[in-house]
Amino acid sequence: MISMAIVLKFIVAAVSAGTPLLFGTVGEILSEKVGHLNLGVEGMMAIGAVAGFAAGYATGNLAAAMIAAFIAGALAALIYAVLTIGFMANQNVIGLTLTIFGVGLANFIGVYMVSQTGSNNWQLPAVLIDQMKNVNIPFLTDIPILGKLLFNYDPFTYVGIIIALVCGFYLFRTKAGLNTQAIGENPSAADAASIQVTKWKYINIVVGGGICGIGGAYCSMVINGGIWINDCVGGLGWIAVALVIFASWKPQMAILGSFIFGALRILKFYMPSVIPIAFFNMLPFIITAIVLLAASIRGAKGSHIPEHLGMNYFREER
Amino acid sequence: MAETTHAIRCEKITKIFGSVVANDQIDLDVRYGEILALLGENGSGKTTLMNMISGIYHPDGGTIYVDGKPASIQSPLDAQNLGIGMIHQHFKLVNIFSAMENIELGTPGKKLPRKILKQNVLELCEKYGLETDPEKPIHAMSVSEKQTVEILKVLYRGARILILDEPTAVLTPQETEKLFAILRQMRKIGCAVIIITHKLNEVLSISDRVAILRKGKSYGTVNTAEVDVSALTELMVGHAVTLEIDRPTPQEPQDILKLVDLTVRRNDGSIALDDINFTIRSGEILGVAGIAGSGQKELCETIAGLIAPSQGAILYKKENLAGKTPRELIDMGISMSFVPEDRLGMGLVAGMGMTDNMLLKSYTHNKGPFIDRAPSRALAESLIEKLGIVTSGVEAPVRLMSGGNVQKVLLGREIESNPHLLITAYPVRGLDINSSYQVYELLNEQKKKGVAVVYIGEDLDVLLQLCDRILVMCHGRITGIVDAKTITKEQIGLMMTGATAEEVMEYGK
Repeated sequence: MISMAIVLKFIVAAVSAGTPLLFGTVGEILSEKVGHLNLGVEGMMAIGAVAGFAAGYATGNLAAAMIAAFIAGALAALIYAVLTIGFMANQNVIGLTLTIFGVGLANFIGVYMVSQTGSNNWQLPAVLIDQMKNVNIPFLTDIPILGKLLFNYDPFTYVGIIIALVCGFYLFRTKAGLNTQAIGENPSAADAASIQVTKWKYINIVVGGGICGIGGAYCSMVINGGIWINDCVGGLGWIAVALVIFASWKPQMAILGSFIFGALRILKFYMPSVIPIAFFNMLPFIITAIVLLAASIRGAKGSHIPEHLGMNYFREER
Repeated sequence: MAETTHAIRCEKITKIFGSVVANDQIDLDVRYGEILALLGENGSGKTTLMNMISGIYHPDGGTIYVDGKPASIQSPLDAQNLGIGMIHQHFKLVNIFSAMENIELGTPGKKLPRKILKQNVLELCEKYGLETDPEKPIHAMSVSEKQTVEILKVLYRGARILILDEPTAVLTPQETEKLFAILRQMRKIGCAVIIITHKLNEVLSISDRVAILRKGKSYGTVNTAEVDVSALTELMVGHAVTLEIDRPTPQEPQDILKLVDLTVRRNDGSIALDDINFTIRSGEILGVAGIAGSGQKELCETIAGLIAPSQGAILYKKENLAGKTPRELIDMGISMSFVPEDRLGMGLVAGMGMTDNMLLKSYTHNKGPFIDRAPSRALAESLIEKLGIVTSGVEAPVRLMSGGNVQKVLLGREIESNPHLLITAYPVRGLDINSSYQVYELLNEQKKKGVAVVYIGEDLDVLLQLCDRILVMCHGRITGIVDAKTITKEQIGLMMTGATAEEVMEYGK
């Protein structure tokens, strides 16, 4: 029989593995809600990964690392925003380019830093590693089973869940969120209703990029135990793009979706060894393809996809 | 100076798009408590001018005065703050939102609780005599319901100057009357209303004054009481125009296509055409009337072989065409032409020139892997000559042409293939009066040649004058097929909303 302890361990590990996906998905939702499909999630996460790692390395402070990752991701998204909003460039092309650029830049900086250390090892200081340990909340963590299940994660996970809930509240419970949704649905209607379309597009895309950046920092800082490894995001950004559809553009649903995909990612450690590891490595991507397929079938019956997703808006177009 | 303050006064407004002067030093004024009709052909700059007043475009020259003070209207927000609200021809509503969410959209302040918002909307409805269901999502609404939401949206923001861009184009006569009642109510309350419309009868019935634009220039303002339809037309076009549409008597009409018990479903499973039966005859024009979305589109596409019906048959000389593809129909020797509603989406390839668009219809007749473009180019050139198409060349992308010319290219190509059956969906939509009459003439020519013409239209006046029989649709059903010579506009209007021909005849007495 599978013991309770193993199930518990599996769930906790799944949540941790899903955390970077959560950031990526919520960030991308913000961008898609204003009608901008940003395929640069992977790149923004990579830039966030290296910025967060570098800031953590320099300061030994987790909050500083997260803020640096956020700013770096936001700046990367700003490039995308200027090109697609300001210059009306094709969103897909710019997004793909951003991914290539971001991953390349992160690796470039990473390789340089590794060569500078002398030990061929760019490593986070121990004081920072300590801060990234699972949070022990007095009393709450001590509750049997539930305590371990709900109150024993690393800080990133809590930050991610809070961000997702805040974004959900923002989109569906505030006027600014209503305006944001209107922009993604029908920008000319939003414009005619005197919403500042351009401004809100910038805000959502840039903040979304920042959130992706924090997800990247998780990849570089937590997953690899504080040692820099090139290509640390490793395709999670792409899964996040697909998860947006899985979550039907709702940040609350993204929490569920990312933890399911987190479970898929770590399934390999809990399965009998007769099935090759490669199969499990492939699994999240296969499921992603299936999710997209299912979503497009469901989409025929009217899903929640923002109507103007992928289309740039020019007010004076005739 | 004027005794009453002008709500809006435009002075020498100029707007240039690229090399085109859309508005050339236009003067215009409207007072509170008055309805001004803005009249002009397509491309005369009406919508451009209104878009500048509502902040969508920015003028390149001239001044707009609001309440007597010069106003700088940089964005829709500025316009809103000045009390200007515009109801666009293409509704600017968010489909997945409810009516009240659309109304609240973009207003300052916090998001209101649903109850209070609903209460506010209902109170506003009462004040102006409007009806709406605040909770209903836009995508579930009819065109006229959507328009009501648009009007509410503008009123909710406290607009006192209302601009309506062709509001009646998509309404039944009864709905139009209702809208006019609302506008009169607004005039009474002291709002200023500017209405753009092509329909001269409506101009005469609703407006106090008429401002005329021609080719981007203003040609003065007249008091509605002092003019009639022909005077307005002359002012608009610049010369006298005969407004009679010719209706030659059909020569030996013969049944060529018979639709039997035809039922068609949309992609989402809903019923688009519900058990319809009728016959299309050669040498006559069969008009199809109905509120937009009553199944006209599906009717055309089913006959043209683009959609397969789920039940029923389309009989052509005892052969069932239902479910056959367009290519199969051509191979069977049935020559059918379809001029779709969406000219640049379905009818022509917008980015290609005239030659290539001609080629689309004929390239399969080419032998071998190569394409001979010469015949298509010759055809394109002959069409330019025959139909007076204005273009910079046969290779210039058709999307750069004006609406009227695009329609001539499409209609010309289809007619050149000598069809037995010509289906036209809204062929004069968006065309000005001259181009429209040219289209009617082309259709009549085809009719005289013995072609069966199906004309799907929205302007009932035209349907009544041009067609021999009129088929009226409502929610995918045929409510009646009537003789165009004896029926009245009001009767058709009633049938469009579901009354049967028999009931309507009773009403007529």
